[in-house]
Amino acid sequence: MIKFLTQIGRYFMLLGKVFSIPEKPSVYYKQTMREFVFLGLNSIGIITIISFFMGAVVTLQTAYNTENPIYPAYLIGLGCRDSMILEFSSTVAALILAGKVGSNISSEIGTMRVTEQIDALEIMGVNSASYLILPKIIATVIFNPFLTLISIIVGIFGGWMACVGLGVATSEDYIYGIQYAFIPYYITYSLIKTVFFAFIISSVSAFQGYYVVGGSLEVGRASTKAVVYSSVLILLFNVLLTQLLLS
Amino acid sequence: MITINHLYKSFNGHNVLEDISVVFEPGKTNLIIGQSGSGKTVLLKSIVGLHDIDSGEIWYEDKLFNKLDFTSKKEIRKEMGMLFQGSALFDSLTVEQNVIFPLEMFTDKTPEEKIDRVNFCLNRVNIKNANKLFPAELSGGMRKRVAIARAISLNPKYLFCDEPNSGLDPITAILIDALIKELTEEYSMTTIVNTHDMNSVMEIGEKIIFISEGVKCWEGNKNEILNSDCEKLNDFVFANSLAKKLRASK
Repeated sequence: MIKFLTQIGRYFMLLGKVFSIPEKPSVYYKQTMREFVFLGLNSIGIITIISFFMGAVVTLQTAYNTENPIYPAYLIGLGCRDSMILEFSSTVAALILAGKVGSNISSEIGTMRVTEQIDALEIMGVNSASYLILPKIIATVIFNPFLTLISIIVGIFGGWMACVGLGVATSEDYIYGIQYAFIPYYITYSLIKTVFFAFIISSVSAFQGYYVVGGSLEVGRASTKAVVYSSVLILLFNVLLTQLLLS
Repeated sequence: MITINHLYKSFNGHNVLEDISVVFEPGKTNLIIGQSGSGKTVLLKSIVGLHDIDSGEIWYEDKLFNKLDFTSKKEIRKEMGMLFQGSALFDSLTVEQNVIFPLEMFTDKTPEEKIDRVNFCLNRVNIKNANKLFPAELSGGMRKRVAIARAISLNPKYLFCDEPNSGLDPITAILIDALIKELTEEYSMTTIVNTHDMNSVMEIGEKIIFISEGVKCWEGNKNEILNSDCEKLNDFVFANSLAKKLRASK
């Protein structure tokens, strides 16, 4: 228990260092742009592929569970739309990003720690925590909502492709379904969740990497911990935020 | 000048450094020698503030470094350069970007001035046509020299070198030693070098302290080290069979 509380304390102390005034904003700006590319743009591919197939599968499952003629055909599109917006494009995409981006952040910072690159920054008088972590947090918190929007669009498109391609419903029914009873707040809810999840992924993973002690084995362990802890926290906050935002 | 008074450092109740007192003078290459695990690196990292000490004083000129707040420490750190055992170059940056990094962070020079300074520093350590290469593309000796170029880019008053010769062949090691000595004299830096390489000791040891099991056992220079009465130092200096024969023949 004491170890757990110590870790929580260290995490918040690290955040205190991270959110201090940058030494040279222009250098931080360049670093943030670099992180937009590495953590944001480079994630578009995997998010697109996963979202497409998630949308397709959700559509097919909805179709097979609503075969009874009592259910209108447009429910297939509606089911896909709401599943993507409410859960898949925010939570499931965040879990996937925890694997890709979280392990990337943790291993990058962890390797810098064990190869004394972080010590080199400290010796120069640079706030290493802020220089290394703040741009990653900014990049993910700003860019991940765009990934969520891409995921929603691609997922719904994937659903349409499955629907029309496999003939489970007509294109008109599906398009009517995705427009039916649309609640714009669901998008806001999804984006708010994404911002929280992005912060969890980047800060928890950076924390795991920043305090690595040892060698390559420990860097690997830190990456694994980063993914596991981020995923658990995402699921926990998913419940809390859903209760807060939708109740 | 760096002055250490009665420095103690422990990890988990185990004393690593005990009552270390020493003065490191400017314009000289000051060496900390000792066996692996003797506490050399802990001492060096304590001096630069990477480890918090248990008790004692670390003075940089007239400033008590270990009692300064974070902001004041940062000001002194801008006057430090450090060469790490593994070079610690930033993997994701090119040679040029590595050397320019401290300039971008702490100066308001124009881009042209920064590039001029980078090229000057790289020339000074005999690195040519490597500006656009990444650290992974360099040999061990080149990496050390680029790390020295980065360390001197802000004209530091204090230069710290942790095992600068580790992993290098004897000829390259001597070149790195000579470079450190030249730069120390040229810029009147207070240079502290951690080493267990006797070639370095005999080449550049203007002031040497010997540490054994966390305790300072001997202090002197390269001319005095061969005639010491310190048994532990003699065991260290005359460790190999050739040296033992030479000592016996004296």
